[in-house]
Amino acid sequence: MQQGHQTWVFQNKPAILATAVVGGPFEAEGPLAEDFDLLHGDLWLGQDSYEKAEKKMLEEACEAAIRKAGLQKQDIQFFLGGDLMNQIISSSFAARTLAVPFLGLYGACSTSMEGLALASLIVDSRAGRNVLCGTSSHNSAAEKQYRYPTEYGSQKPPTAQWTVTAAGAALLDREGDGPKVTSATIGRVVDMGVSDPFNMGGAMAPAAVDTITAHFRDLGVAARDYDLIATGDLGKVGYKIARDLLKKHNPAIPDEIFTDCGLLIYGEDQPAVLAGGSGCGCSASVVYGHIMNRLNKGELKKVLIVATGALLSPLSYQQKESIPCIAHAVSIESNKP
Amino acid sequence: MSDKKRKKLTPVQQEYQTFARAREPGRPVLFNCLKAFLVGGGICFLGQGVQDFFLWNFDFTEKTAGDPTVAVMVLLAVILTVAGVYDHIAQWAGAGTAVPVTGFANSMAASAMEHRTEGFVLGVGGKMFKLAGSVIVFGVFAAFIIGLLKTGIAMLGGF
Amino acid sequence: MEAYFWAFIVGGLICVVGQLLFDVGRFTPAHTMSILVVAGAVLDGLGLYEPLIDFAGAGATVPITSFGNALVHGALTEAENTGLIGILTGIFEVTSAGISAAIIFGFLAALFFKPKG
Repeated sequence: MQQGHQTWVFQNKPAILATAVVGGPFEAEGPLAEDFDLLHGDLWLGQDSYEKAEKKMLEEACEAAIRKAGLQKQDIQFFLGGDLMNQIISSSFAARTLAVPFLGLYGACSTSMEGLALASLIVDSRAGRNVLCGTSSHNSAAEKQYRYPTEYGSQKPPTAQWTVTAAGAALLDREGDGPKVTSATIGRVVDMGVSDPFNMGGAMAPAAVDTITAHFRDLGVAARDYDLIATGDLGKVGYKIARDLLKKHNPAIPDEIFTDCGLLIYGEDQPAVLAGGSGCGCSASVVYGHIMNRLNKGELKKVLIVATGALLSPLSYQQKESIPCIAHAVSIESNKP
Repeated sequence: MSDKKRKKLTPVQQEYQTFARAREPGRPVLFNCLKAFLVGGGICFLGQGVQDFFLWNFDFTEKTAGDPTVAVMVLLAVILTVAGVYDHIAQWAGAGTAVPVTGFANSMAASAMEHRTEGFVLGVGGKMFKLAGSVIVFGVFAAFIIGLLKTGIAMLGGF
Repeated sequence: MEAYFWAFIVGGLICVVGQLLFDVGRFTPAHTMSILVVAGAVLDGLGLYEPLIDFAGAGATVPITSFGNALVHGALTEAENTGLIGILTGIFEVTSAGISAAIIFGFLAALFFKPKG
């Protein structure tokens, strides 16, 4: 049911039956390694290309989520997937393997919550059962497509981020033993004229702030109603900007409950990530792995995930366009007392 | 160049960008220049050694020793690219590795290797010049214009 | 030995110009290299690059600016011999070593090696 301008409240509270997260070698060295279902030591996953490796990861995450829920592929009614690759081939090809009715999505790095919001809407409105949503990203595939060949010697500035090599999937149904999705706020495209593809955080922060503000306004809630508010991949730079923007314009979010998935996924001992993690797999792996585990343990009761995406293409940048961004917010509640 | 873009922004956008800029880590320009100087100078130092090697041990003159020297530098850059270390050195050295001809070679080898998954003809062959193409195009075109100008001026009575 | 010193200094300084184009000018590597190549061509047109090579040796021949210089040189030398058409025919005479080497070794690299990611 719609509440306010751009928020859906899910009266029937779809349950997240199971989630699964698959990661790459770099993620295996990070602080959240324990929260991954599967970690690969080979960036190629034994495949012929980076793109095929990403597809394989997403397939593995989807299949693991289905298995963990005690179901089979045939039980899944809809699959919503998206990724960073041109024409979202990772998701389309994973959907081919799953052989499930498929809705392809593109929200750049906000795809995880875009998928979760839509999957929840389908389940909540009785339009489907056992709905799977997933997303993925691969560092080398993303670098090859959006920036430079992986062995090319370009010097990245300190605002640059590291695309996470990971895939995350979540399976939802009407009822079940798992955290509940309670609401989703769909973001608007916000463009503050930032045009540096090596500074995604600076470009995306305003979109995150816009959606967070809309969420609080539509539902009449405040930051303190949540135990954790996590943005998708603003990184060090975007996180700082978003935090200060929120303080300046209200509602301020207390530092102890405000965090960013791009900051959580890698450690201080991984300086190559510069400003932090990014990519669809960033928010997906942190939320469907680490945060989901904490919700299941009852450590967190109510969380708000705000996945952020930069909607540029290599071509738009070359044509001197700035970077429009978007952020989608989904609130999840633990079902532990 | 970045200022020209800023003028086309609305006041809200300009205000945001100022806000954001204040919260971004600045680029360590001085330190980057120092690193570029050291590594770039070092590569040229090495190049001088390679050139002298060819001068003394082979039948090259000062003029013709340039060719094998460049070829050796290109080979070195490709070897480092293949070993997967060129990009790590470049992250540190910046223009120090990009400006010498090694940067040119690395851009071609990296593109060729990366696009092998698209096949040898369309991938390696078609995309090898993805990054280096602009250098060749602009170099040739500039040489053409300058050649025309100089020859034209000489023909019209000299400078 | 003096040649080595100046090779280091001049080569280093040209790289610093490149670094400033990266960090202050905020140009991409492709833009920066194109600017430097054109600069080399212009300097040779003004008769300034050859003296720099005499002075700094590899410090002037190794940076990408020398590519622009070599292209103009080839064009002008040929133009002296065969007239205006020499500008077109002469351009690649002096620079084929670098480009050929890059193509050949680049292709071999793609043939035998995979990127490390």
